[in-house]
Amino acid sequence: MKAVSVEEAVARIPNGATVMVGGFMGVGTPERLLDELVRQRKSELSIISNDAAVPGKGVGKLFDAALVSTLTASHIGLNPNVQKQMMANKVAVNLVPQGTLVERIRAGGCGLGGILTPTGVGTLVEEGKRQIDIDGKNFLLETALRSDFALIHAFLADYLGNLAYALTARNFNPVMAMAADTVIVTAENIVPVCVIAPDHVVTPAPLVDYLITG
Amino acid sequence: MDAQSIIARRVARELRAGNLVNLGIGIPTLVANFVPSELKVFFQSENGLIGTGPMPEQGMAHPHLTDAGGRPISALPGACVFDSAMSFGLIRGGHVDITVLGGLQVDAEGHLANWMIPGKMVPGMGGAMDLVTGAKRVIVAMQHAAKGKSKIVQKCALPLTSSRPVDLVVTDMAVIGFSGGTITLLETAPGVTVAEVMAVTEAELFIPANVPEMRI
Repeated sequence: MKAVSVEEAVARIPNGATVMVGGFMGVGTPERLLDELVRQRKSELSIISNDAAVPGKGVGKLFDAALVSTLTASHIGLNPNVQKQMMANKVAVNLVPQGTLVERIRAGGCGLGGILTPTGVGTLVEEGKRQIDIDGKNFLLETALRSDFALIHAFLADYLGNLAYALTARNFNPVMAMAADTVIVTAENIVPVCVIAPDHVVTPAPLVDYLITG
Repeated sequence: MDAQSIIARRVARELRAGNLVNLGIGIPTLVANFVPSELKVFFQSENGLIGTGPMPEQGMAHPHLTDAGGRPISALPGACVFDSAMSFGLIRGGHVDITVLGGLQVDAEGHLANWMIPGKMVPGMGGAMDLVTGAKRVIVAMQHAAKGKSKIVQKCALPLTSSRPVDLVVTDMAVIGFSGGTITLLETAPGVTVAEVMAVTEAELFIPANVPEMRI
């Protein structure tokens, strides 16, 4: 893990990168990293996120600044900007059932090629996907998702990079922290090693590449 | 009593002690208001919490404690939190006893459509497809008709949420079930006749000899 400034961390993200962003309706989202992405005008981003949040909040900020070319998410209904950009063919939106989305990311982080899920069988979601019969029940083959970067927000980070989360701000964060080549973390509190009890560490330090300290 | 309260009160009567229950956004959220305090039910919020409590008092909201719509909630004593993979493991894995969801259409086979209107509204399915596919019991809580058009249709015209049929539909006019694969009128709302329900229901309902009035 390397301690860096927010400017330094975001400077490493090239235009056109695939970026996972933790958070759920802007809760548990690394807002400082998103603000810096906007300030440095990183464009043509492929974003993987549970939802599109709302304008002015969470990943919503990236759409306000028109920096996104592709969004993979389960829900965009509360962000009218995304709806407009989708209808105008400025953003390609891949809608994925939420449980499938998180499990595809989990698979990507765990070295699996994909998962078999009953969710989506018999709906529009099954189009173009392989179906596999297991003991008489149909499952969709959903492939694993990985990204170049994961932007993670934790409640506590220690000097090594061990992370703990707070309440419903945990959501996709620990799953995404497994599934990207480079993991960048903001934390509300940076604490000495051992302040987070070993039993309470959710994301182990070796997964974290950059911790924002300035 | 207004339509939403009728629906929410009637759905609340389906909950049993110890149930793990997931309430969707809209009318389903109101169900929690009508659960008697002595009935201990676990409410799950799919953004990662079991033990959802009511909205906190003014000034007590915590930015890290919200429902799936991002609104502030509280956590009851004994609550626990988990990540989204665990949350949907609970949902898809059949650990949720009851899910209550809103609907756009339900058809005679019990299929639910509730996540998009092609060309008009594409909010996305969120967790709805996993909930309908995985919960032990699926209850739809919705108005019987919208703009004079029946939401209980012979066949869903809108894209389906799941191929798995729902178990119960509770509207402001009726309770409808699907046992044995037949769409059946189980109860009517107070002051509503069977003929009135049939008149605003597009699907062909089976009407048993005795259709009691909802107790709410």
